[in-house]
Amino acid sequence: MSRKLLIVLAVLILSVLVLGACASNTTADKPAEQTASEPAPQEQPATKSTLDVVKERGKIICGVNQAVPGFGFLQSDGSFAGFDIDFCKALSAAVFGDTSKVEYRPLNAKQRFTALQGGEIDVLIRNTTWTLTRDTELGANFAPTTFYDGQGITVRKDSGVNTLEDLAGGSICVAAGTTTELNLADQMAARGIDYTPVVFETADETTGAYLDGRCDAYTTDKSGLVARMSLFPNPEEHKILDETLSKEPLGPVVRQGDDQWFDIVKWVVFATFTGEEMNINSQNVDDAKANATDPNVRKLLGLEGDMGQKLGLSNDWAYNIIKMVGNYAEIYDRNLGPDTVFNLARGLNASWVDGGLLYAPPIR
Amino acid sequence: MATNTRKGSTVPFWRDERYLQAIAQVIVVGGIAALGWWLIRNLLTGLESLGTPLNFRFLGQTAQFDIGESMISYTRNSPYVRAILVGLLNTIKVSSVGILFATLFGVIIGVARLSSNWLVNRLAAAYVELLRNIPLLVFLIFLSSTVFHKLPLVAEAASIGKWAFLTNRGIYVTWVHKAAGWSTYQWVLLAGLLISVVMSVLLIRQGRRTGRMPLWFLWALLSFIGVAVVGWFIIPATPLVPDIPTLQGRNFQGGISLTPEFMAIFSGLVIYTAAFIAEVVRAGIQAVSKGQREAAAALGLSNFMTLRLVVFPQAMRVIIPPLTSQYLNLTKNSSLAIAVGYPDLFAVGGTIVNQSGRAVEIILITMGVYLSFSLLTSLFMNWYNRHTQLVER
Repeated sequence: MSRKLLIVLAVLILSVLVLGACASNTTADKPAEQTASEPAPQEQPATKSTLDVVKERGKIICGVNQAVPGFGFLQSDGSFAGFDIDFCKALSAAVFGDTSKVEYRPLNAKQRFTALQGGEIDVLIRNTTWTLTRDTELGANFAPTTFYDGQGITVRKDSGVNTLEDLAGGSICVAAGTTTELNLADQMAARGIDYTPVVFETADETTGAYLDGRCDAYTTDKSGLVARMSLFPNPEEHKILDETLSKEPLGPVVRQGDDQWFDIVKWVVFATFTGEEMNINSQNVDDAKANATDPNVRKLLGLEGDMGQKLGLSNDWAYNIIKMVGNYAEIYDRNLGPDTVFNLARGLNASWVDGGLLYAPPIR
Repeated sequence: MATNTRKGSTVPFWRDERYLQAIAQVIVVGGIAALGWWLIRNLLTGLESLGTPLNFRFLGQTAQFDIGESMISYTRNSPYVRAILVGLLNTIKVSSVGILFATLFGVIIGVARLSSNWLVNRLAAAYVELLRNIPLLVFLIFLSSTVFHKLPLVAEAASIGKWAFLTNRGIYVTWVHKAAGWSTYQWVLLAGLLISVVMSVLLIRQGRRTGRMPLWFLWALLSFIGVAVVGWFIIPATPLVPDIPTLQGRNFQGGISLTPEFMAIFSGLVIYTAAFIAEVVRAGIQAVSKGQREAAAALGLSNFMTLRLVVFPQAMRVIIPPLTSQYLNLTKNSSLAIAVGYPDLFAVGGTIVNQSGRAVEIILITMGVYLSFSLLTSLFMNWYNRHTQLVER
């Protein structure tokens, strides 16, 4: 008996000692870490800037879409193409002077913010709508809008649906985890229309269900509708309603807490806008660089003012973007313009010079 | 011996194996606790630095999105916590009904696999081998996209005598709704129920006394129906009127309905899990020694009586523990509902994560719910297991 008691006592005392040591260790660790971190900064990876991480890794990890042709689409040869993809390339051109230093990470609508928050990706360029809640509560920062979109509804032409009210009592297919779910609920509640939402995980499943006749309508951003309709077996049997349910400003997103990286992403977008404003494109950029006399052009192309260094990049950052990827007009036309199957009019997405909304602050 | 070791206690404690073992255990436990604590602290400080510290107050905010099917009233103005409840109830609905039907099919197929009829037992074997070797997710997407979405369109619905309709928007079946006479009629039904209960008790008692059990269930059912029919004609106002589904606008209205999403996840879970339950049942039956069957046959019991009275009660002890695992699997697999568009807990949670950005909180809640649901199931099954074990002689 007494021997057992002794063992139990010993175990108890030991456990108290060990746990106590653990607790005192961890509390003692904290100040020790802080003082030690000053002479040896490599001990604190948390404070390492995204730019340093990216440069060290040798590539940018870009969260993208793989299922929306024109914006982010995985092609049959395994490469990614689209409007959003080109902005990943522009970012890579600005940081590395090479458009190929990007790892594309296809994400669905639900995964994207978790991936960004968790540091799995450096930047999210995946037709993501800028909203107040996302800006504040998701720990995300939104770079300038690259595409002004709005939510629309696709229906079958022979369904006789011409307005939202005609959809009363029907079902509407929508992809999970997008603002479209909210907008739809808002609009239908505002108009007092009764409907059934059918929510699927991915865009492919959602359009599949719509095409099978499970739903009377399919809703997502109008750009997405146009892109998806190009994949339908008989696109001419479907139409997009005139009504626009929402404002959807789409643009790149970065993690909160790294202002330098946020600045870089912002100004990469602005550089493409500025290129179009100044009529500098991938064809004439070498010419412009050789003969530039306009101080604004010289600053953009890195001939004076050290604009790149202020961002933590080389001074030819904007030159690289325009030379390798193109200005905004070129990016737009390549992916969505008249020569593509989508043939989307510029609309709000024209430069302010042409009456659109794209307006870049001066690079100076 | 005891005195020997006590004398030998001059050995210092760091060379005493008993102490060493105890110390090793303390170190392991302490290490795991420290690791866990470090991970949690890491998570909390990480969330803090993102500006989204862990808290659950957001659950009171308005959800703002609609949910396709709900067992309780829910609108876009309901708070997140109610949306979670809607998802939870949908999960409970599909898994509880699923467990019931999977057990039923599983037992039938398990018994069929042991049938002496060559065709029956080969068919059952083929079913089991086919179903349990296909990944559930693949099977669910197959069901949803090639079966339920390919049912007739609403405009050309397949109908059964104008009472039931089969479409790719769901199955609509005629039901009844209460009319003027219902308030009186419900007392008639209650009386009928009472009469049938009393009747079955009396019949069972008589059966025990005489040793010849009458068909008490049939009699009870007949007396209930008799009372219900007589009451129907005596009461002046019609108590119930049929609610026939009709095509109004874009969908059928009225009757009761099942959505294709529910049917896809439900039938997928049932068909898939039944294959595993069938194997569990077969193992259980085969575990009962051959002598028991031979003894039953010698007593002149029919095949069905042997199965019901001799084999199953003994097989249950072997069946229940693995059966519990299958029930837990079915419940957890119901989170695949998102693939076919059924708004279960996981699907609704995913939408909330995207809307509110509270990934950690929602995942914690989801895990907590599945954990407690599973623990409750296994608690009940363990209780039932002990209950059946007590019968052992």
